[in-house]
Amino acid sequence: MEYALFLGCNIPARLNQYETSARAVLEKLGVGWVDIREFNCCGYPLRNIDFKVFLLSSARNLALAEKKNLDVMALCKCCYGSLKKADYLMKENVSLKKEVNGTLEKEGLKYEGRIEVKHLLSVLHKEIGIEAIKGKMAMTFKGLRIATHYGCHALRPSQVVGFDDPVAPSLFDQLVEATGAESVDWPMRLECCGAPLWGINDRLSMDLTLKKLADGKKSGADYVCAACPYCHIQFDKVQKMILSQTNVNHPLPSILYTQLLGLSLGIDKKILGLEMNEISISGIEELLVKEPELTEQKELAEKKEPKKETESTKQ
Amino acid sequence: MFLTASLYVALAIFGLALIYKVSTWFRFKIGIESTQISTPKRFFAAVKGILSTLFSARILTLLKVFLLDVLLQFRILKEDTLRWVMHICIYAGFFLLLFMHALDKYITVAIWKNYYSTINPFMFLRDLFGVLVIIGVAIAIYRRFILKVPRLFSKAMDIYAIILVAVIMLSGIFLEATKMIAYSDYQRMVNEYSGLSDPQELKALEAYWVKEFGTVSPNLRGPFDEKTLAQGKDLHQSSCAECHARPQWAFAGYGTAKVIRPIGLGIDQARLPSILWYIHILACFVGLAYLPFSKMFHIFTSALSLLANSVMEKGKSSPANIATRQALELDACTHCGTCSLRCSVIMAFEEIKNMNIFPSEKIASIKALASGKELSAGELKHIQEGVYLCTNCYRCTVVCPVGINLQDLWFNVRETLLQKGYPEFFALSPLSFYRGLMREETVQKDYEKPLIRAREAIASQCDLMKRKEKVLPLTPADRPLQSGLNLSAQAKTFSVCFGCQTCTTVCPVVSNYENPQEVLGLLPHQIMHAAGLGLRDLAFGSNMLWDCLTCYQCQEQCPQGVSVTDVLYELKNLAIKHVREKAL
Repeated sequence: MEYALFLGCNIPARLNQYETSARAVLEKLGVGWVDIREFNCCGYPLRNIDFKVFLLSSARNLALAEKKNLDVMALCKCCYGSLKKADYLMKENVSLKKEVNGTLEKEGLKYEGRIEVKHLLSVLHKEIGIEAIKGKMAMTFKGLRIATHYGCHALRPSQVVGFDDPVAPSLFDQLVEATGAESVDWPMRLECCGAPLWGINDRLSMDLTLKKLADGKKSGADYVCAACPYCHIQFDKVQKMILSQTNVNHPLPSILYTQLLGLSLGIDKKILGLEMNEISISGIEELLVKEPELTEQKELAEKKEPKKETESTKQ
Repeated sequence: MFLTASLYVALAIFGLALIYKVSTWFRFKIGIESTQISTPKRFFAAVKGILSTLFSARILTLLKVFLLDVLLQFRILKEDTLRWVMHICIYAGFFLLLFMHALDKYITVAIWKNYYSTINPFMFLRDLFGVLVIIGVAIAIYRRFILKVPRLFSKAMDIYAIILVAVIMLSGIFLEATKMIAYSDYQRMVNEYSGLSDPQELKALEAYWVKEFGTVSPNLRGPFDEKTLAQGKDLHQSSCAECHARPQWAFAGYGTAKVIRPIGLGIDQARLPSILWYIHILACFVGLAYLPFSKMFHIFTSALSLLANSVMEKGKSSPANIATRQALELDACTHCGTCSLRCSVIMAFEEIKNMNIFPSEKIASIKALASGKELSAGELKHIQEGVYLCTNCYRCTVVCPVGINLQDLWFNVRETLLQKGYPEFFALSPLSFYRGLMREETVQKDYEKPLIRAREAIASQCDLMKRKEKVLPLTPADRPLQSGLNLSAQAKTFSVCFGCQTCTTVCPVVSNYENPQEVLGLLPHQIMHAAGLGLRDLAFGSNMLWDCLTCYQCQEQCPQGVSVTDVLYELKNLAIKHVREKAL
């Protein structure tokens, strides 16, 4: 199982903890990846400006991955949505494909549509599976209530992305619950985080973010959990900026899914970059418990293994 | 006399230009903050900053960076091995030649008391270093014109630099070669150093040099008998060898000499060695005088940029020093194109033909801007658009071999230009996300101005929107609008809209307002209608278009399968295209 890891622009520049935690989690779960340096912007921020620029940018990435015969794994929902859209258009629209490939040809590239675009969450859910993930847990959370945030561009337009049921998705909830946390039921869980308008219309963006976060809190969540740099930055850094301007004092801190999963996989919190979040999430560690049964089984397994080793060395 | 005068002229130009250039680092203004800081203040802040760094633990960082990045150039190695080989060849070869050969009277002699340019290892090393530079120049030419490294743009400045270095090196090697075969040079050496006068001895020595070292003599031509050669060899050993290694050691010159030997007499008669000598020396002087104006100035500025950036940090370092560093960085750029190669948005150039999209080309425009030169509105708009078309991924900054903090440069230039009042339509895209995150570092009271200005500039083009009493024609007003909305096959679907308003009902933006129409203008279903009727003004002029989250709720839930969000996207594209073409 090997993917072309698509980090996009935001993660390396502004959300290093997502990159380090994702790499650590993937390594622990045995997912391989290749970094393609030539990748460029997925095209998402350019789509407001020029459709062709968006499509060319996106398709160039797909062509680069296809050249290496690798499926793409995106960590960002907006990158995922854009790459999916481009993939869809390149497969559906022959004349567009011809035009785009005509431009890509200048660099010796072309996209034939032989690869798949996946988000990290779908790789975890479909390729590894909930049971396999549970089998690798070092610890689980007890009494942790999470507001699971799906992210618009992963879910919709469902015809293009095919991530999960757009009306009643459960993929991310299952992944969150695999860590032992409870994924709370909250009315606004499928709503937008507000990030697409941050920088364009801050007041509107702020309204939407606050509304959503308040709904999460009201539904009993301790943290909101995202798997997208835009959503997370909006819930983390932007929430902090908003709170400093308003009289709302109690934030709903955001944790990246790879941080949440990483903690229960027993990955070092430095690698997970817990301290790099703007709104502190350090309290979450207190809710981690070692499951006695699980540890006993592991200890037994570990005891057996060394014996085998010694036997084999004797031979 | 002529050469001494030339040297002083070159030195004077170099010195004055250096002073001028350094002064620009304290005078040029980049960013709004820098306009508040006077030149003397910047100068004293720099002195203070340098002294306090030198006498602190940060000196260790400086030493490390000096060794790894300035001397060994690890940052280039990380990018591209061939390029590193190229640069090390040119830079190491050039500097070693400068110290050992050009400044031999001052440096080499001081270290090796019995230095002669004609003895080994100096004679061999001189050629070795020269050949290194030539290999480097050859790789440079190969990369630019044969391999055609993507987005490596060759400006006149880059070509001049290659030509100048090539002329200095090749003239040097040809000079050496012609001197090897020139009879008059041979005679000069014999007269000066040998002290021989016996014609038989002179003949024997000459025969030996003709046979062994390729001197072209008008009097003697081989083959020579063993006895003469043996005598010549003895004389060579006693009179010449002590101060003159076998010319074969200067392998590049010797190889060239072998090739041109057939015309050796003509070369000597035409006094080609002295012509080449003048070319060689004058090319060096030209190089010296031109250096502060050329990309070769990076010999100084790149090192300074790397060192300054290793110990400076936004927020910690004084704003005066950051302003100075940013002006210096403009001179540190070598136009190597690494930033453009790694830039995230380069594909934009395929549709938006603005060279300022490329980071490496932006620098030149920003230089003009920072110098306070009067730029036309068109030029300013192009630079503004170029700096806005950036996802702020920091890749340019990470890969810059000379450590320029390009990201900060773009940010400062962006904010300065945005306040000049030209609407920037690209601000109405998620490219603004970063600006929103950096909101606290912008001038607070002016933060929203560019956003409002862009919206107003678009709305001002929409006459129908402004009229209170809207009288609409019964036939579609703008057929090209409808046919224009076909970029993605899905976007044509608005014609099947039957006006159920589901899109508007589920829109989180609409439901955020008590009286949405007042704030947003047309609502999603109305925009679908307007598009269907070809009412361009109504579709373009609504705030709804720019306040769309692209969350796809409307599109997902439309019972008729109208690609509402995609249509909104395309309307935005058309609106921007329409106003941008008029504005530029």
